[in-house]
Amino acid sequence: MQEQTDLTIANPKMSARDVKVFYGPKQAIKGVSIDVDMDHVTAFIGPSGCGKSTFLRTLNRMNDTVASARVEGTITLDGEDIYAPSMDVVQLRARVGMVFQKPNPFPKSIYENIAYGPRIHGLAAGKADMDVIVEKSLRRAGLWDEVKDRLHDSGTALSGGQQQRLCIGRAIAVEPEVILMDEPCSALDPIATAKIEELIHELRGRYGIVIVTHNMQQAARVSQRTAFFHLGELVEYGVTSDIFTNPRQERTKDYITGRYG
Amino acid sequence: MTGPAIFLLLAGLGAIAWVSARARALRLQTAARETGRRDAVHSLPGYHGWYVALWTLIPAGLFLAVWANVSPGLVTQAVLADPAAQALPADAFSRSAILGEARAIATGLQAGAFNPASQALVEPYRAALNSYGVAGAALALILAFAGGAYAFTRVRPDFRARTRVERLVMATLLVASLLAIVTTLGIVASLLWESFRFFSMVNPVDFLFGLKWSPQSAAMGYGNDDAFGAVPLFWGTIFIGAIIAMIVAIPLGLMSAVYLTQYASATVRKWMKPILEVLAGVPTVVYGYFAALTVAPALRDLAVSVGIHGASSESALAAGLVMGVMIIPFVSSMADDSIAAVPQSMRDGSLAMGATTSETITRVLIPAALPGVVGGVLLAVSRAIGETMIVVMAAGLAANMTANPFASVTTVTTQIVQLLTGDQEFDSAKTLAAFALGLVLFIVTLLLNIVALRVVKKYREAYE
Repeated sequence: MQEQTDLTIANPKMSARDVKVFYGPKQAIKGVSIDVDMDHVTAFIGPSGCGKSTFLRTLNRMNDTVASARVEGTITLDGEDIYAPSMDVVQLRARVGMVFQKPNPFPKSIYENIAYGPRIHGLAAGKADMDVIVEKSLRRAGLWDEVKDRLHDSGTALSGGQQQRLCIGRAIAVEPEVILMDEPCSALDPIATAKIEELIHELRGRYGIVIVTHNMQQAARVSQRTAFFHLGELVEYGVTSDIFTNPRQERTKDYITGRYG
Repeated sequence: MTGPAIFLLLAGLGAIAWVSARARALRLQTAARETGRRDAVHSLPGYHGWYVALWTLIPAGLFLAVWANVSPGLVTQAVLADPAAQALPADAFSRSAILGEARAIATGLQAGAFNPASQALVEPYRAALNSYGVAGAALALILAFAGGAYAFTRVRPDFRARTRVERLVMATLLVASLLAIVTTLGIVASLLWESFRFFSMVNPVDFLFGLKWSPQSAAMGYGNDDAFGAVPLFWGTIFIGAIIAMIVAIPLGLMSAVYLTQYASATVRKWMKPILEVLAGVPTVVYGYFAALTVAPALRDLAVSVGIHGASSESALAAGLVMGVMIIPFVSSMADDSIAAVPQSMRDGSLAMGATTSETITRVLIPAALPGVVGGVLLAVSRAIGETMIVVMAAGLAANMTANPFASVTTVTTQIVQLLTGDQEFDSAKTLAAFALGLVLFIVTLLLNIVALRVVKKYREAYE
């Protein structure tokens, strides 16, 4: 695994070392090590059930909500162990945001959806301050022009693609450092997907972005680093163009050429 | 021939019909199979058996049912035609007394006659009963044979016995379900009719908006005009059922639902939910004891010790508190359902923003579940205002218009019980008032239920 050492970043935003995840007696992730930084979008690819979403959810401890889940190994954010007892999970999730597979806006207005995070974390001093945050977040999520005249309409009345951008805006509103996206386009049509991909390009550099995707073309389009998971193992991790044009592992090659998955 | 014997005979005939028709169908089937055509017999032999058996039993059964209602009249007419009946007195009352006695002796319910006139009629009665009994039984048996024979001739390979039997099954189920609806309609009709009679004696406006409730004074002849003002009862009902009981039930029910859906481990939930639901199965009369014998005296003592005057031993508070406890399972199970129906993705979305569990519950889950919760509360209110036993035992009878929870108030249901128990004449405004109160209660709870179910349904559609 020569490539992997080459890719190790001197001062990574997030870093996972030998991470194992168990659901009860079953091991879902078998020793994964990976680094995430702000300048590169990292894509996780692999067939269904390969553990890519499970691994993604360990990065902001969303697996905590599953009673039987157990995580071994270390994951650090700015060098700080996120599974250490001193780490406050509320603070962690404010710093590592998440966007889900199916758009899940709250049944509230567009404004209230964005204001939700800043409000629970006390980020806005007053109404005027909140207005600024809402506008800024919606602009960054590329949704402002479409919804600025109807901020008080329900978020659930938007189209699927708009809802997903609303969810991205909602995640951005709490000023996270990393955004995890779990197959954010799998429920969207191609046009909405293109908009989200464009948005990911614009967000790169400002936030560390990790995206799980089923769609290999999407991984090739939006990411600079790609990790291929299979049966809970990290089979290959490398520069995206290398993975797609010149995979080193037989299994990666089989997957990319469509032999299984 | 006696009733049980006829029924046994019919049952036997039915069984024979089933067996023989099935056997015939079986033979036909075998014969058809030999010709090599699998589909030659439309229905399984068992269906043919049922078809013939039903044709044997149903017409005869229906006839017997009609006969049981018609024959007593025919018997009486036969007896009256007898020469011995010429001696009967002309007035209808003593005439029917004598006939009744004669009938009782004839059927063996009574050993001897008090009235010699009836003794003379015993023999004609016995004869008439016997001949009509035999006639009825004979007709029933003939019908059974005729029906069975007709059906038996129809047992052919291509006869669609299955379709017929299935159709009868469907018709039976339809009748069963209509019975409940028809009963409800009957109840409504009787309520409407009696209320109509009441409102012909008392002005509906006085009833619905009057402030003084004293049906006793009307019964004692002081006139109906201002004795039936039901507003104090409506107030008492709302005060106990919709205010005090809900102040207890809504917070406790909601909190227990939140605990059970969001915090409790699977084991705790497995034990606590059924225990909570047992509360709903406690007979309300038991709650009534508890309210009247335990809670009410304790509250009165408490009120007196803190210096509240006019504390009654039958207080609105006692009835309301206990009713609130009774209602908790309704509120909590509806709230539980609607919180559980909020998609997991909402919860995940909120937690992933760094919200705590309680922030997620108060800001996302409860607002999203609110329509379901409101529906549950409305159903609970409708249950509470219709509740009778607790208020009869604990709330008192005084029709007070007071907001003092330690005072005694009365409710619509309590007054209905009060108006209808004991010896009453059923045409006075006093008793008929009970029906008018019942009608108001029925309409209000019906409306509450309709609104509640619509709210719940609309909300369910939003997520599924």
